[in-house]
Amino acid sequence: MITQHLPILQVIVPLLTAPLCLLVQDRRFAWGVSLAASWTAFLIAALLLDQTLEQGVISYELGGWPTPWGIEYRVDTVNAFVLLIVAAISSVVLLFAQRSVAKEILFTRIPLFYTAYMLCLAGLLGITVTGDVFNLFVFMEISALSSYTLIALSEQRRALTAAYQYLFMGTIGATFILIGIGLLYMMTGTLNMQDLSQRLPAVTGTRTVETAFAFLTVGISIKIALVPLHLWLPNAYAYAPSVVSAFIAATATKVAFYVLLRFMFTIFGVSFAFKTMPLNFIFMVLALAAMFAGSTAAIFQDNIKRLLAYSSIAQIGYMILGISFASVTGLTAAILHLFNHALMKGALFLSLGCIVYRLGMANMEQMRGLGRLMPWTMAAFVIGGLSLIGVPLTVGFISKWYLVVGALERGWWPLAVAVLVASLLALVYVWRVVEVAYFQAPSPAHAGEIREAPRSMLLPTWALIIANLYFGIDTSLTVGVASQAARQLLGVSE
Amino acid sequence: MSATIALQLAFWTPLTGALLIAFNGRHPAVREALTIITAILLFASLAVLAPAVFDGARPGLMMAEPLPGLSLQLTVEPLGLLFALLASLLWIVTSVYSVGYMRARQETNLTRFYTCFALSLWTAMGMALAGNLLTLFVFYELLTLSTYPLVTHSGSEQARRSGRLYLGLLLAPSLGFLLFALIWTWQLAGTLDFVEGGSLRGTASPALLGILFALYAFGISKAALMPLHRWLPAAMVAPTPVSALLHAVAVVKGGVFFLLKVTLYVFGIDLVAELQATQWLLYVAAATILLASLVALSKDNLKARLAYSTISQLGYIVLGTFLATSSGIIGSTLHMVMHAFGKITLFFCAGAILLATQKTAVSQMHGVGRNMPFTMSAFLIGSLCIIGLPPAGGVWSKWFLMLATLEAGHQALLVVLMASSLLSALYLLTVPLRGFFYPSPADMAGKGIREAPLACLLAIGLTASGCVGLFFYADSLYAIARLLTPGDGHG
Amino acid sequence: MNVLIGHYNYWIVIFLMMAGLYVVIAQGNLVKKIVGLNIFQASVFILFISMGKVEGGTAPIVTQGVSLYSNPLPHVLILTAIVVGVATTALALALVVRINEAYRSVEEDEIHEQDQSF
Repeated sequence: MITQHLPILQVIVPLLTAPLCLLVQDRRFAWGVSLAASWTAFLIAALLLDQTLEQGVISYELGGWPTPWGIEYRVDTVNAFVLLIVAAISSVVLLFAQRSVAKEILFTRIPLFYTAYMLCLAGLLGITVTGDVFNLFVFMEISALSSYTLIALSEQRRALTAAYQYLFMGTIGATFILIGIGLLYMMTGTLNMQDLSQRLPAVTGTRTVETAFAFLTVGISIKIALVPLHLWLPNAYAYAPSVVSAFIAATATKVAFYVLLRFMFTIFGVSFAFKTMPLNFIFMVLALAAMFAGSTAAIFQDNIKRLLAYSSIAQIGYMILGISFASVTGLTAAILHLFNHALMKGALFLSLGCIVYRLGMANMEQMRGLGRLMPWTMAAFVIGGLSLIGVPLTVGFISKWYLVVGALERGWWPLAVAVLVASLLALVYVWRVVEVAYFQAPSPAHAGEIREAPRSMLLPTWALIIANLYFGIDTSLTVGVASQAARQLLGVSE
Repeated sequence: MSATIALQLAFWTPLTGALLIAFNGRHPAVREALTIITAILLFASLAVLAPAVFDGARPGLMMAEPLPGLSLQLTVEPLGLLFALLASLLWIVTSVYSVGYMRARQETNLTRFYTCFALSLWTAMGMALAGNLLTLFVFYELLTLSTYPLVTHSGSEQARRSGRLYLGLLLAPSLGFLLFALIWTWQLAGTLDFVEGGSLRGTASPALLGILFALYAFGISKAALMPLHRWLPAAMVAPTPVSALLHAVAVVKGGVFFLLKVTLYVFGIDLVAELQATQWLLYVAAATILLASLVALSKDNLKARLAYSTISQLGYIVLGTFLATSSGIIGSTLHMVMHAFGKITLFFCAGAILLATQKTAVSQMHGVGRNMPFTMSAFLIGSLCIIGLPPAGGVWSKWFLMLATLEAGHQALLVVLMASSLLSALYLLTVPLRGFFYPSPADMAGKGIREAPLACLLAIGLTASGCVGLFFYADSLYAIARLLTPGDGHG
Repeated sequence: MNVLIGHYNYWIVIFLMMAGLYVVIAQGNLVKKIVGLNIFQASVFILFISMGKVEGGTAPIVTQGVSLYSNPLPHVLILTAIVVGVATTALALALVVRINEAYRSVEEDEIHEQDQSF
């Protein structure tokens, strides 16, 4: 039965597509086969989520080796949900990619682009699906190396330095994670997550485990771009090709966030992470710093991609804040925001992609008068921005709602206030763009020649925008899955 | 026609209208006709609902459930229906007025204008018919967003700056305070439904509930309680029909409507009356009434003067609500209607004067009444309605509000209300006084200034006679307002 | 004293790690930074490899008369990590080549200057 092998197919399909793109060296073929692979991965992810919701946890033994020795792929609600998000965003972005890539990336490098894209996707899916910590490290490096490549494919030379910087931060982060994994192995003799979670309680008192915990936390925080380890992110997002910005912004940090959840909750367990170690306090402070520093920095950006990048840093703060509550509601909010933020940032970066397609770049200067010149693109941007602010009927509102409820449940009302105030900062930076686009006359150089972006790019953008609205109104899927995932992570029964 | 169908129709008509206008709005006649037809259809379907609802029926409509246990739903009840009827009736009149005004001013971007106008009305309907706090909040926010393009209609630097202020002062408190209050309420009461007599009693200490109530009072900045009132004068850069219908009726009344709903169905008037915080808020409202009147007196620009007058009069409604007695509630409800008719008349007149003479300052009104007797007479009637003098409807609402201050034992507030009424007489009556009794300045003579276009005059005539009509037929309105304050002796 | 000598492998690891990180942070030359990163990674490899050593154990090849073996798994893991490290180095070098083509320099401050002047 093929359905038994879904967990491995999830990774294998994009992984095998990558060399295919490289070997055939044809742009159209590469795009077509990547698109097919991505949609297949999406289908598989949907089937997996369905299976986990129906039957509970799926365990798959790679090559038939029994679990503590062989590599296990393990799918529960949490990672099935993340798989779905990653595959869905990737599929929509690929629909958008064909024309955008043709414009922004050197002709001869296009097959390479799809190769790297597929490797990145395989890496991200692999991180999510695996139940083995060393395997996780390997997939993390696969996705990271390919995303450095993707960023460097941009024709702007600053993308090269951005990729170089990202490579250093990413490698240091990954090496920290590797140290953490090594120390854990030293104490328990196992690399399997389930096995680890059972053996760790016996040795949690030791200095070694505490050191492992610290290395893992710092390493993963670099990957998440949690303030103050976020410095690689703004340049990487700002100078990457638009498609890459959209894909990485919507997925890479989310997957890293999932890894954090996995280590904190499944492997170390809540009581160790939050009671023995003062993680909730540290996370709360850092989350607040991220929310305010990120949003404030976003207000002063001139490059819109950088603006969105700083906004991402702030939004990561919301997710981390949700974790720091260490409650079902807080965790639900964090997982919900993981999904919702992927939708908003995906949509926003794609609409910027449309603008870059027509204008070559996206600074405040280029935005002038776009409300009239590219009405559909700008409308998408405005709705995405409203979602970022958290206006009702958008997904952003739902995440904020749960975060504030989570804070009030704990009686931490200043945090609830902070969440709401930070969203006002989002109002400021979104509205700066809106004003320029709608109330300033287009610069005369553009007036005649700028048209609306082509349909093949508008449709994927709007698909994400509609998802932003749909999941802001009908939340039965997202909230249901997120709260179930939160309960699984906390080990709370229904 | 069954009530549910009428409700569906009432809710979806303005939205459909907006979409139709957006896609067929190239021709002026088409979009104007669409606007008027939509407005009439909306009013008709609400009117169909009215008898049953005032008899006690509560037709409802479930739309979606974005959060578990929290739905977007509509329920029609007397207060909301009254607000909906008021807004939709005045929308018909305003549409007629806009036809004359926007054409005479040769405004551009009219498709956007009419589309956003219809959208604003749709969101106002959403507020009026909202079945719980979440729905009310959602449409409250949408109303801000859909009126923003109307405020910045001209696209000038000044309009943009005002738009920023408008958006900032409406969105920031609503996201910062109101949303917080909403979630807190949800946390305390476990429900955001409107419950007869309130759902919050006994859920927390009076001090905390007081803070919560203050969060509502300031979070709903559309009610323009000082110091969060500045958006209203800023909104006056919009074309006159917008100022008239949205910033004298739909938006501001939406704010006080929200406050009334919270007072009646979330806290319950008994609880509000007991809270210590209410006493403080009463004084904030009283200060708003007085200060806004004084500022109005100092404004020479006619629209700015009217805007501050609105702030002051909104203070009356808020005060009546915070007094939390049945006379107070009745007074507030009546004043919501009376002030709407009075103020829309005044704005219509200000617009007509602008059209005919290009004059915007009160000090320039000398002799205008001789050239435009009809407009100036209507202005006089509107002023009487706001001041609270016969033969205009404002008498009754002010009567109940003053009664309420005495009932609640706040003699000082009675003095404030009377002083403010005097001030309003001063700042409003100057205009017809100058218009009728001062000689025309030299530059106006012989210019052949005549009344505004017929469509404008028609609208002015309708609302002015409304003001007078409400004086004679206030009893049915009173009967509706009584429905909101279930069984007790006084009032 | 015992702590110092008994855990000499850890001291080596820590020394290499800090030396590597220092080079990464302090060096302005992009190629030298890569060398620093490699030293940093190598320290972790040594951590893993020394971890697998069992006191008195021999190489993990099944032989008559030997019952105590060192743990082979960390070595295998590190083989993978080395491959990853090589890939990272290759990619970083490729980036430096491209940066050199674009900026005519591999010195961090010179590159920064050129970006600012734009």
